[in-house]
Amino acid sequence: MAGIEAISHQLAEAIKGQDADYVEARLTEGESSSITYRGRKLESIGRNTATGGNVRALVKGGWGFVCFNDFDNLPEKVSLAVNQARFVGKETSQLAPIEPAVEIVPSTIGEDPKAVPLAEKKQLLDEYNDIICGYPKIQTSMVSYSDSHRKTIFLNSAGSRIEQERRDTALRLAAIAASNGEVQQAGISLGGLNDFGAVRGLHSQAEQLAKRAVDLLSAPQVKGGEYTVVLDPILAGVFTHEAFGHLSEADFVYENDSLREIMTLGKTFGEAHLNIVDTATLPGLRGSYKYDDEGVPATKNYLIREGKLVGRLHSRETAAKMNEKPTGNARAINYRHPPIVRMTNTYIEPSTTSFGDMIGDIKEGVYAKNWYGGVTSMEMFTFSAGEAYMIRNGKIAELLRPVVLTGNVFNTLVHIDAIGNDLDMNQGGGCGKGGQSPLPCSNGSPHIRISTCLIGGR
Amino acid sequence: MEEILARASKAAEEAEVFLVTSEETPVEFETNRLKHIQSKQNSTVALRIIKNGRIGYATSTRLDDIEELISNALATAEFGTEARFTLPPLTPYPEIKIFNPDIEKVTLEQMAELGQGMIDILTRHTPELICEARVIRTVTDVTIINSHGGQADYKQSVFIAAIEGQLIRDTDMLFVGEHQSSCHPLLEIDDITRRVLQQLEWARENAPVSTKSMPVVFTPHGIVSAFAGPLIAAFNGKTVLEGASPIGKKQGQLVFDKRLSLRDDPTIDYRPGSSPCDDEAVPSEVTPLIAEGKVSNFLYDLQTAALANTRSTGNGHRNQGGQPSPAPGAFVVTPGDTSFDDMVRDIKEGLVVEQLMGATQGNVLGGDFSGNVLLGYKVEGGKIIGRVKDTMVSGNIYQLLKHVAAIGSDTRWIGGFLSTPSIYCSSVSVASR
Repeated sequence: MAGIEAISHQLAEAIKGQDADYVEARLTEGESSSITYRGRKLESIGRNTATGGNVRALVKGGWGFVCFNDFDNLPEKVSLAVNQARFVGKETSQLAPIEPAVEIVPSTIGEDPKAVPLAEKKQLLDEYNDIICGYPKIQTSMVSYSDSHRKTIFLNSAGSRIEQERRDTALRLAAIAASNGEVQQAGISLGGLNDFGAVRGLHSQAEQLAKRAVDLLSAPQVKGGEYTVVLDPILAGVFTHEAFGHLSEADFVYENDSLREIMTLGKTFGEAHLNIVDTATLPGLRGSYKYDDEGVPATKNYLIREGKLVGRLHSRETAAKMNEKPTGNARAINYRHPPIVRMTNTYIEPSTTSFGDMIGDIKEGVYAKNWYGGVTSMEMFTFSAGEAYMIRNGKIAELLRPVVLTGNVFNTLVHIDAIGNDLDMNQGGGCGKGGQSPLPCSNGSPHIRISTCLIGGR
Repeated sequence: MEEILARASKAAEEAEVFLVTSEETPVEFETNRLKHIQSKQNSTVALRIIKNGRIGYATSTRLDDIEELISNALATAEFGTEARFTLPPLTPYPEIKIFNPDIEKVTLEQMAELGQGMIDILTRHTPELICEARVIRTVTDVTIINSHGGQADYKQSVFIAAIEGQLIRDTDMLFVGEHQSSCHPLLEIDDITRRVLQQLEWARENAPVSTKSMPVVFTPHGIVSAFAGPLIAAFNGKTVLEGASPIGKKQGQLVFDKRLSLRDDPTIDYRPGSSPCDDEAVPSEVTPLIAEGKVSNFLYDLQTAALANTRSTGNGHRNQGGQPSPAPGAFVVTPGDTSFDDMVRDIKEGLVVEQLMGATQGNVLGGDFSGNVLLGYKVEGGKIIGRVKDTMVSGNIYQLLKHVAAIGSDTRWIGGFLSTPSIYCSSVSVASR
C-alpha cells in the first residue's frame, strides 16, 4: 500500500469539483508504543501502527463524514460523504472564511521518544516502579507509559494542504497501598509534546507518591460541607478547564439561545483579578499546534479578561454562525472522528498573592492538590483532588482522604478571592468530549482561593 | 490472516491473530434537528506471539504489512511478560444469537425518522427543550485464529438509540436523557421517550435538600454512575491477584446483602455485551459473582487465570486495541420484588438518584463514590416532589450494599453492559448547599 504522501495527491484531486459547499480530508500515518506495569510485573508491552483517513463534506448546512483504513476507491468515499451531507442539509452552509494554506510544518523536537530504545524506556520505568513497589505497605502499582508519533496531511477543497507531525509522550504512575481491608491510591500523570525528557527524572516523585498512598490509609475523611478551599496550580488548572473552559467552547452555545444569553460577551464572571487564556501557540505544551484540524492557524485567546467574558473557542462553523472570528480550536482525536471545538492549553494568568498570604487568614479550610479527574455538565462541575489537607488557623494541617469538590461555575468563579503569583502548567491530563478521549491538552494556574466551595464527604 | 499466522508461527513458539472489522453508521441530531451522518469503516489486526516464553504484541490497521507487524511483535517479545498460558485449541462454542440481518436493511431515512421522532415527542411536551439525539448502527466481524488450531469467528449487529435533552431557565440547567441498545434494529422509541417525559415531569420543580444522611433509591442509571466502576474493579481477577481488591480474599463469605446476586452473563441472545467467545477465543459462560450476598467468583482471562491457578472465565477482552485483560461481558443483577413506587412510598425524606456526575473519581478500588447529582429527585412523605440541585451524594459500596432496604423489581438494561433493578439504601450521606 502506498504511503499517505502519494495518496494525498489522489485525494486532493478527488475532493475537487464536488457538488458540495465544502470538502476536506485528512490522512494520517502513525505509530505508538505502550508499556504497562501492574505491581512488580510488566503487564504488557505493545507496538501499534495505524494508517487511515477521512473525508468530511458540507452541503446546505449538513455534514457527512467517512473514515477508512484502506485507500481503495477514494472517489467513492468522497461521494459517500457528499451524499450523506446532502441527505442532511436543508439550510445554508456557514463557514468563517480562512486563507487556504500550503505548508509543511517542521516539527520542533526535544528528545525524540522514538529514538529512545525500548530497553532504555523499560529501564527507566523499572526504576520508578521499583521505588513504588519497594515502599513499605505498598500493595501494588500501576504504571502506564505511551508514546506516539503521528503525521497528518490536511487537504480541503479551497486548496489547503498542510502537513504536520507530532510526538506525544504520556506517563501515569500510581501507588496502591492496602492494610486491614482498606485500599488507598495516589497517582500522578505527566506528559510532553515532542519531548521524551518530560518523563525523565521522576524518581523522587515516585517515592512521594508511594508515601502518600500509605499515609492515606490512616488519614481521616473530610466532613462534607462548605469550606474555603485553596487549590494548587494543577487542580486550579483542572478547575479552569472543567468548570469554565468547556462553557467557552462555542459548539455548546452557538445554536442555544439560553446559553448564548448566559455567555454574552462583556458579562462579568469574576473579580477584576481574573484572566483566563486558551492558546495552542505556546511551544512544547501538549495542547499546542500550528494549525487545527480544519486548517485554521492557532491563536491566543483571552476568554476572561479582568473578570469579564471577552472571547470563546470556535470552529469555522461556530465562528460564522456567531459572527465572530475563527480561533483555530477545531480538533479531532484521530482520523476516525470529525473535528469538534476543543480547548488547547488553558490557564489562569498569575496575580500577586503569595501562598502564605493566601492561607494566612483561613481558620478552617481545605487545601486541595493534584489532579485526579473532573467532569462538567455546563453549570455544574465536579473535580477531584488526588491530595488534600485541612487548613487550620492559617497553617496546613492533617492529610485527608481524597476529596471531591463540586459547585456551580457561575458562583464559584465569583468566589475566587485570591490568585497567586506562581503559575504552573499541568501536562498530564487528557480531555474527553463527544466520544473523543483522551485528547492532549494542558491546563494551569497559580494557587487560587475559593471563598466557599462544596466538598463531598461522610 | 492465515499468512500472518503461518509466518508468525515460524518466528515464534506460538502465535494468535485477532482481526476485527466494523462498519458503523451514526446519524446525529443537534439542537433538535439532523446535523451529521457518518460512515466509519475500521479494520485492525492484532498479533500476539510467545517467543522464548515471553509475550510480544503488535497491532496494525493494515493487513498487507505483515513484515512490520511481525517485527514489532518480535521487538516487544524481547521485554514482554512471561507467558503462563497456552492458547485454546479448536473448541465448540455456545450458540448465542447476536446478529440480526434486518439491521442492514434499516435505511438512513428510517434512522433519521427515528431520531426526529424522539425529538418531536419530547419537544411537544416541553417546547423549550434542546435535544441531541443519536441513532447508530454497527456491524462487527471478529475472527481469531491461533497456532494451537483454535479458531473462532462471529458477526455482531448493534443498534443504539439515544437522546439527551437540555432545559435552561435563566442559569438553571436541567439535563434529561435515555438510551437503549440491542442487536435488533430498535424501531420502537416509546420506551425511551416515555422515560424522558417522566424525568421532565419529576424535575418540573426544584426541591431543597438538607445536609445529612438519608434514604436513597439508586435507579438503574444511578447504579451505573455510582456502583458499576467499583464493582468492575473489585471482581477483576487481576485486581484480586494483586491483592488490591477489597473482596479478593473473601470468596464464599457474606459481604453483601443476602438478597443481592450478580452474575456476568455474555450468553444472552441479542444483547450487545454477548458473544460466543471472548477476545482470546475462550468460550463465553455465565459467571456468578455475588450469590445471595456471598462473593462467589472473579473474572479471568488466560494469563491472569494461569497466574492465579484457576481457569479463564472467558473474560479476556481487548480494550481499544490493547492486549486481552479481564473485563465483564455483561453484568446482570438479579431483580428483587419491591416495585420502584413502593420504595419511594416508603421514604419520609430522601432522594432518588438517576445520575451522579463524576462519582468514581475517588478511591474506586476501595469502593468509595462521591458525585454531584446531575439528575435526582427529592422524596417527601412517599412522593417525588421535585428535582435536587447542588447536591453531593457519597458513600462506600461495601458499606451501603451490606444491608440494603430493598432490591427493585424494575430491572432493565442500561447501555450494553449492565442489567439491574433499582436499589434502595436506607442511609446515604448527602451534602447540599
